[in-house]
Amino acid sequence: MTKARHPLSNEERAERRTQVSKGYLLKGVRILGGPAADLLLRDGIIAAVGRIGAATAKGAEVIDADGLVALPGLVDLHTHLREPGREDAETVESGSRAAALGGYTAVCAMANTSPVADTAGVVEQVWRLGREAGLVDVQPVGAVTVGLGGERLAELGAMAESAAGVRMFSDDGHCVHDPRLMRRALEYVKAFDGVIAQHAEEPRLTQGAQMHEGVVSAELGLPGWPAVAEEAIIARDVLLAGHVGARLHVCHVSTAGSVEILRLAKRRGIRVTAEVTPHHLLLTHERARGYDPVFKVNPPLRTQADVDALREALVDGTIDAVATDHAPHALQDKECEWAYAKPGMLGLETALSIVVTTMLDSLGWDGIAERMSRTPARIAGLAGHGQDLVKGAPANLTLVDPQARWTVDPAQLASRSRNTPYAGMELTGRVIATFLRGVPTVLDGKATR
Amino acid sequence: MKIKHLLSAADLSREDALAVLDTATEMAAMAGREVKKLPTLRGRTVVNLFYEDSTRTRISFEAAAKRLSADVINFSAKGSSVSKGESLKDTALTLQAMGADAVVVRHPAAGAPHRLAGWVNGSVLNAGDGTHEHPTQALLDAYTMRSRYGRIEGLKVAIVGDVLHSRVARSNVYLLNTLGAHVTLVAPPTLLPVGVEAWPADVSYDLDAVLPGVDVVMMLRVQRERMTDSFFPSEREYSRRYGLDLDRLRGLPSHAIVMHPGPMNRGVEISPEVADSTRSTIVEQVANGVSVRMAVLYLLLGGAP
Amino acid sequence: MARPQVDHGGVRVERQPADGGKADEGRVVEGKTVEGKVIIDGPNLARIVDRMAHQILEKTSGARDTVLLGIPTRGVPLARRLADRIRAFEKVSVPLGTLDITLYRDDLRLRGARAVGRTDLPTAGIDGTRVILVDDVLFSGRTIRAALNAIADLGRPRQVQLAVLVDRGHRELPIRADYVGKNLPTALSENVRVRLVEIDGIDEVRIEAWRSLDGTGKGDR
Repeated sequence: MTKARHPLSNEERAERRTQVSKGYLLKGVRILGGPAADLLLRDGIIAAVGRIGAATAKGAEVIDADGLVALPGLVDLHTHLREPGREDAETVESGSRAAALGGYTAVCAMANTSPVADTAGVVEQVWRLGREAGLVDVQPVGAVTVGLGGERLAELGAMAESAAGVRMFSDDGHCVHDPRLMRRALEYVKAFDGVIAQHAEEPRLTQGAQMHEGVVSAELGLPGWPAVAEEAIIARDVLLAGHVGARLHVCHVSTAGSVEILRLAKRRGIRVTAEVTPHHLLLTHERARGYDPVFKVNPPLRTQADVDALREALVDGTIDAVATDHAPHALQDKECEWAYAKPGMLGLETALSIVVTTMLDSLGWDGIAERMSRTPARIAGLAGHGQDLVKGAPANLTLVDPQARWTVDPAQLASRSRNTPYAGMELTGRVIATFLRGVPTVLDGKATR
Repeated sequence: MKIKHLLSAADLSREDALAVLDTATEMAAMAGREVKKLPTLRGRTVVNLFYEDSTRTRISFEAAAKRLSADVINFSAKGSSVSKGESLKDTALTLQAMGADAVVVRHPAAGAPHRLAGWVNGSVLNAGDGTHEHPTQALLDAYTMRSRYGRIEGLKVAIVGDVLHSRVARSNVYLLNTLGAHVTLVAPPTLLPVGVEAWPADVSYDLDAVLPGVDVVMMLRVQRERMTDSFFPSEREYSRRYGLDLDRLRGLPSHAIVMHPGPMNRGVEISPEVADSTRSTIVEQVANGVSVRMAVLYLLLGGAP
Repeated sequence: MARPQVDHGGVRVERQPADGGKADEGRVVEGKTVEGKVIIDGPNLARIVDRMAHQILEKTSGARDTVLLGIPTRGVPLARRLADRIRAFEKVSVPLGTLDITLYRDDLRLRGARAVGRTDLPTAGIDGTRVILVDDVLFSGRTIRAALNAIADLGRPRQVQLAVLVDRGHRELPIRADYVGKNLPTALSENVRVRLVEIDGIDEVRIEAWRSLDGTGKGDR
């Protein structure tokens, strides 16, 4: 399959380098929603903050950022870029573009590609594709088991030592359900400060499952995915992590019961972190009525009580981060009968807007920065990201218009796929600009390349 | 009837449901005539889109459409472009191009008729979608009850068997509730869906306790595959606890009738003697199916396209 | 079979069908009905029915081998009354039935699918008999054409005749009645309303004039 790739020409690279050294002056931004200030970005770092004189800013391109909120560049712990293998649904480049438009400066690319990212070779390939695209830092996630088969550990050490520098390992899409294997994995990665990110789903309780098991699934005649299938694995894994003294990260937490278990684990001092998707903060299983597979996702949309518990957990820190689980799917995998559709939703371009629309009041801008940038950067081990916007810090940031209202149009999204559950929804908050080490990846709401 | 599609028994208001039953009564009168044909749907095209093998239901719909002088096109999944991987959407566009006024669809995936309704201009009739619903079965069951009792309101109906996987049970629970009957579901706990408490029906695990109080007992087919999935330990145990045999038949009130949507597993959920007894309406149900389906086709298609 | 009505505060507005309610083909214009005048009152209606019964007896030389089939809705009580009067005059029992023609209409697509009425043939059937169709108003003739199609599917009568209470003209098909209660020339914009005690609580026949709200005058065909 041929891919269109437009690497920068030498002239363009030179021009870009020059501008980076000349810099960008962002006038009147509100850092974390605070009072208006100026930010000077030069040579990849924040050169100055506050009231910046003309002399200091000489040569810099001025960007009027009046009214815009500046956040540290967002970091996504959980994205599916589909390359290699399903470039019809998404490529590293198109996914990176979507991420930049969503305010992200770094994304962790999950390993369930084809071939699976279970060797140094594949993770390096993904890492390289990310650098070539140059729109976002793509941090590959390595598979825990060979071929995601759940039977043998993959060469985790080799992936950690590769150019891709993998620290997070996940079989996402599948659960590492064998408790013995999960224990080994948790122990093994301690050697290089790695972390296992578990997709919690006991497969024997979810055979043939299509949606959350509850009142709606009973009515719709669709086999159910019970909450206990997630909770049982999380309970087991936090106890295992505690026992062997390892870090554990839980992907896409979706139930109130899971939140309770995480609270208990953290109280006990177990080093567990957890993420929640934007769609689990807003949508419920009622969306399945009408059988439109755009709402089919794994773990499934659940009840309003679950949504409420997840929001509360995100505020009080039981859930550490928002992660998109951006899962692009080609049209034919979604324009079909529910049972035959692939589960998953787009998320990169709408994540921040969803969080702003639903949780700005309870989190505040600082809370949003904490959950969508600082904490995920720390969990993923990405030192250059999630840093406060102070002098000397890497210039990884995004500018958001907090008042902008926009309607989600699937055809207008940068992703190659169209499976967004928010089609037609009006959201508040829109990314106007994103900078990756001082280089603008998004200006004026449009990607720069 | 204001609705354009019949996707779920819950779509039918009480008035709509009674209109179907009343019209079916008139349609049934035709069976006795020499010329079993009405010109009502002349020039209309009804497509039978069957992704699951079901000769009985398909023939029933075919007879119904033909008796109303509609043109019938049968599209079965085996050996067609469907088995070669053609998507439902592409099939829908083909039907659209053929000018189908109505598509009768049976499909193994719940919700397939709903998707189809979004892709074709004609009316969509759900003839069974996975484990979701089978609205015309519920209508013909209600018709059968009414023809035996003269009414539906106030009847006590027990639905026995694999409720979890039964589209017939779901449709019947909705329709009987709409028409004022009282439903009790009887099954082992493994074969009742989580969330059944929200249904307009009582639930019991004890068949013998329920039988003396019912006017109608509807036995559902139980599939042997459920045994390998540990829904119940053995056919023998299932039969003993939830099967309708002669002893249990005697436990029914003398006026009560026995129904079964078919096909039956003789000896499992229903003993052969019971199936063949005069209390059983199983054969009538089949005949009533044609009249009821004629009524549905007429009410959906008989008016403005 | 009620016609859809819209209430404009005191004035009863009706969508004017082209032919008085039997077959709504053609354009529909919203208008307002003016309470018309009574053409036949209760006592006269009874006399007309008597006369028709005598006419039937005369033309059929005693109404033997004859069946009366009423077309719902109001053809049914009319047929019953004719049978009663025939029995009263000459002690002949004429078998009675009803013939619903909804499923044979040629204009189904223009309106919603309507409720189907009863079809009840006398136990001896209609083969070889003289069938007299009975209806309240004869207008375009489409109802009777549908009835003839229905009869053809039900059996093979020796002869089919038609008895109507009112013939208001404006035939669209070559159909005529054998027994007519009253010939009533009407304008297309007018409406003939028959009320019978068995259904409406009163016996009368009225002509209602109709004026369109937009002033364009009579409804079109």
